[in-house]
This record gives sequence, C-alpha cells and structure tokens, in this order.
Amino acid sequence: MEASKVIHAIYTDDDVLMSAVKKVKAEKHHIEEIYTPFPVHGLDKAMGLAPTRIAITAFMYGCVGLTVAIVMMNFIMIKDWPQDIGGKPSFSYLENMPAFVPIMFELTVFFAAHLMVITFYLRSRMWPFKKAENPDPRTTDDHFLMEIAIHNNESELTSLLKETGAVEINIVDKDEDAH
Amino acid sequence: MEYKISNRLRMGAIIMMVLGLIGVAYGFIDSHGYTEENITEKLAEEHHGHGDSHATEAHGNEHADSGHGEVASHDEEAHGGLTHHEEHALHQIHNRPYAALYVGAFFFFMIALGVLAFYAIQYAAQAGWSPVLFRVMEGITSYVLPGGLIVLAIAFAADSHLFVWLKEGITEVGHENYDKLVAGKSGWLNKTGFFIRGLIFLGGWSLYRHFSRKFSIAQDSADDNRNFKKNFRISAAFLVFYIYTESMMSWDWVMSVDPHWFSTLFGWYVFASMFVSGITVIAMITIYLKSKGLLEFVNDSHIHDLAKFMFGISIFWTYLWFSQFMLIWYSNIPEEVTYFVTRIEHYKLPFFGMLAMNFIFPLLLLMNSDYKRINWFVIMTGIVILCGHYLDVFNWIMPATVVDRWFIGMPEIGAILLFGGLFLFIVFTALGKAPLLAKGNPFMKESEHFHY
Repeated sequence: MEASKVIHAIYTDDDVLMSAVKKVKAEKHHIEEIYTPFPVHGLDKAMGLAPTRIAITAFMYGCVGLTVAIVMMNFIMIKDWPQDIGGKPSFSYLENMPAFVPIMFELTVFFAAHLMVITFYLRSRMWPFKKAENPDPRTTDDHFLMEIAIHNNESELTSLLKETGAVEINIVDKDEDAH
Repeated sequence: MEYKISNRLRMGAIIMMVLGLIGVAYGFIDSHGYTEENITEKLAEEHHGHGDSHATEAHGNEHADSGHGEVASHDEEAHGGLTHHEEHALHQIHNRPYAALYVGAFFFFMIALGVLAFYAIQYAAQAGWSPVLFRVMEGITSYVLPGGLIVLAIAFAADSHLFVWLKEGITEVGHENYDKLVAGKSGWLNKTGFFIRGLIFLGGWSLYRHFSRKFSIAQDSADDNRNFKKNFRISAAFLVFYIYTESMMSWDWVMSVDPHWFSTLFGWYVFASMFVSGITVIAMITIYLKSKGLLEFVNDSHIHDLAKFMFGISIFWTYLWFSQFMLIWYSNIPEEVTYFVTRIEHYKLPFFGMLAMNFIFPLLLLMNSDYKRINWFVIMTGIVILCGHYLDVFNWIMPATVVDRWFIGMPEIGAILLFGGLFLFIVFTALGKAPLLAKGNPFMKESEHFHY
C-alpha cells in the first residue's frame, strides 16, 4: 500500500483548537482526525462530522431490554411457578404488572447502557488487545493534535496551521497498513 | 425591549373570563336545582334512562322493583325521608361546582408557584443559561399572590363541600357526624389553623416574589452586583422555606380532602406536578413572545434546555407517582388502598389517561434531541402535559368530593376558562411592566451566548 503524508499540528488549548478547526474548515481542507485528552464540546459540529446514531441504537436496545424483562417476568412469576406474594393475583401478568415495573425499568436501562457502550467500542474499532492508533502520547495528557492529509500543499498547510496557533507542526509518513 | 399586552390578547382573556363565569354560574344554578324534595325523582329518572338504554324491558322492571324494595327498607332508618344513597348523591351534586372551581383555581395557581421555585433555583444555583428567561418567569410568578388568595377564598366559601373535616360536629364525641380519625387530627386540621397556615405560606412566597422582582429590576440600572447578591441570598432562603411550606400546603389544600388517607411523599408528588407545569408554561410563553419578534436573544438552545426539563421532570413526576402507587398497591392496607380503589373504579379514564399524557407522551415526543428545538413540537407536547396535569389535579380533588358523579362539563370547563383568562391577563400585564431583558444580571453575557 502506498504511504501517504499527513501533517500533525499540535495545540495546547481547546479554545485555540476550536478556532483553528473553524479556520481550516473555512479554507476547505479536510481534517482527517483530531486527538484530544478530553471531549471538546462542539468539536464534532465544527469538524463537520455526521451526527452520531448511537442514540437510535440506545433506543432500540432499551426496547429489547423492556421486552426481555416482560417475557422473563411472565415466565418466572406467572407461567413456570406462579407465586403468591401478599395475596396478589398470580395468574395474570397485567394485574401483577406494578410489581414488575422496577424490573422492567432496570433492565431497560441495563440493556441500553451496556449494549450502547459495546456498540461504541465496536464502532470505534476498540476491541481488546488493539494497538493504540494515537500518534502522539502527549494527546492523552494536555496536548491536542490535528491530522490533515497532504496533497502537494505542504507549505500552504504549514503556514495556515502556524497562523492558527499550533505550537508544533510535524510532517509524518503514514503507513496505511499500520492499522 | 418592551412588551405591551396586545388588545387582542386582553380582549381574549376578558372573553375567556366572562364565558368561564357563565359556566361556573351555570354549574351552581344547576346543582341548586337538586334539592331534598326532588332528588328522589331526579335520581329515578337517571336510573330509568339507564335501564331503558341498556337493558330489556323485563330486566328494567325487575331492577326498578328491587330498587323500590331497597328504598322502602331504608326509609325507616334514614333521616329526612331520604335514603343514604340519595343523601350522598345530593351532597355530591352540590359539591361538584365547588370542586370544579377549586381544581381550576389550584391548577393555575400551581403553575405560578412552580415557576417561582424554578426561578429561585436559577438564582441559588447561579445558573448561567437562564437569565434571558428571567423576565418571563417573573411575569408568570405575578400570579402567585392573586391565584393563592383565590384558592383560599374558594376553600373558605366551599367549607365542608370540599373539606369533610369541616363538617359540623365531626370532632364532637357522640355527635352523629363524629369521626374518630378526624378528631385525632384536629390539632392540625381545623379551620383557624388551615387559614392561618395558608396566609403564612402565601405571605412568605409573595414576599420572596416581591423582593426578588424588586432586586431584579434594580439590578438593571445598577453598576455593581449588590442586588444580584441579595437575590442570591433571599433565593436560597426562600427555597428552604418553600420546600417545607409547599409540602404542608399540599397536605392542607389537597391531601386533606381525603382526611383519612395520607401519603408521606405527597408533598414531593404535588411539587413535581407544579414544577413540570410551570416549566412547560415558561417554554410556551417564551415561544409565544419569540414568535412576536420579541426575545430575539433567546436561541434554540434555551428552548432545548426547557424542553429537556419538561422531559426530565415528567419522568420525575412519574417516578414519584409510581413510588406512591406501588407501595400502597403492594401493601394493600385497607385504609390506604381505598384511595386508589376509588380512582381505578370510578376514574379509569382520567386516572390512566393522565399517566399516558404525563409520562408516555412527553417520553416519546421529547426523547429525540432535535425535537426539543422545534418550537411547534414543544408547544404541542406542552399542551398535552398541561392537560395531563389538569387531570392530575382533577384526580386529587374530585374522587373525594363527587365520587362517581364526575364529568368534565360546564362547571369544569368554565373554571378553566375563568382562571385561564385571569392567568393570561395578569401574567401578560406583568410582562409588559418591565423590559424583557434583565440586562443587569451578571450572567447575561453567558446566557446570551449559551449554546448546546
């Protein structure tokens, strides 16, 4: 695979980074990726990323959890071994429903939360033992890194990024096979 | 930026009040048409009507016969020539216009009080997002004092029509109305105490409202933050006062209509109801004023946040409602569970309908982040939430006063129109009394630039 060149611009402040992103986007350059030590509010919108669809999956997982709770409680408490607790009607799911609401709620939340996290990891390709893609360890501490692909415009990009307040600019050969 | 109540809105409010007054008057006149003399035939007519439409001729006759037998056997023991059933029905019919009036008055009062609490929280938390909405909130809270006085006045006029513990002789041993449980509670539940407490609650709330509004306006033209700091302090103090008095108010003004029954989280439950209705009204009035080209400093993110509160507090309300319901349903103690038995037996539609409107509707409609920014969506959901919380108040008061003789007819709609008109009139007049931007607030810059 052909190795491509990318430019790494490093910032030390999230506000400077945000205005840099806006300037770079205004010049119609495509930003490959930004590495930050913490989530920067509004960065996704400034970068022009497509909105996340994780909320939709969360809703669907919640519905699955709710269904599992209903089916499970129906089997355990009504069908398999009807239990008489406090003289409540024990052969009808509907009439016992208030007692099951906490379980329905908890399993809805449980399914939505856990499956959402798993989805997020899979979608971000972060499975166990994966090697970090992070190009610079300082981005896990206090630095922000913007990665832009170079298409014969090295000097133009360098001067633009300098203007936006980057403290360090590196040109890196990026081997696509590395991931 | 100035706002003046438009003539159309003022006329609309006045027309609502006049129509409402007619409805309320009709309710009282109609209920006075039922007297001890004619109640027997009127009930028989009702009964007959039912028999005709629902049963065969033979069945109807049989029913009438057994009914007659009952009347005869009861006649000896009942006093005044009325059966117990007829006596109860007569009471319920006479209670209804009072109860309808009270439900409407309390509903609009509770909106204003909920907004007052929300407003105080914004100050106490030094919130940065909301100061652009402060003048809208101050406008709504101007209804706290008149609304509260009206509720108290109706309580005074209705007397034992609403509060059975005010019945004559109910605490006197040996009296025919004697009730041991109510007598045991009479240290708290007595007429003098009720009104003294009511005036203290209202006095405290109105004082806070008066001074916070005063400081807020003074801050507009001040060159330091002294007024803001004062507001911060009185808001924190008010919240402490409020959370105790709101709880006691809910026992007095709502829970005591069923004096045998009690629930320890009732205060919170009433609070959740007034809080969500109040926030909904803030959102609706903000969107209305924005549609008039005012409040251009309010952006989508403010509406988004208000809608998040509508969504969140609706779920909080459901949580409290369900916590109260499930424990009572599960333990099934007779003196507690009768409360819900009455409601499920006679109020199936408003009781479960309210749950759908207050929980399922806001849950599904406002779950999507984008929908919270669409103004007409927030308004539509807001209307459902407000109707749902009206039904909530309906379910608090009606089962104890009219039992199965409820209907949302002339008296109820009349009360909604009457107090709704008054609410709009007072709130929008107050909105016109000060600039719509509380420009002196130290957080105003942050609030104007608020974005999500």
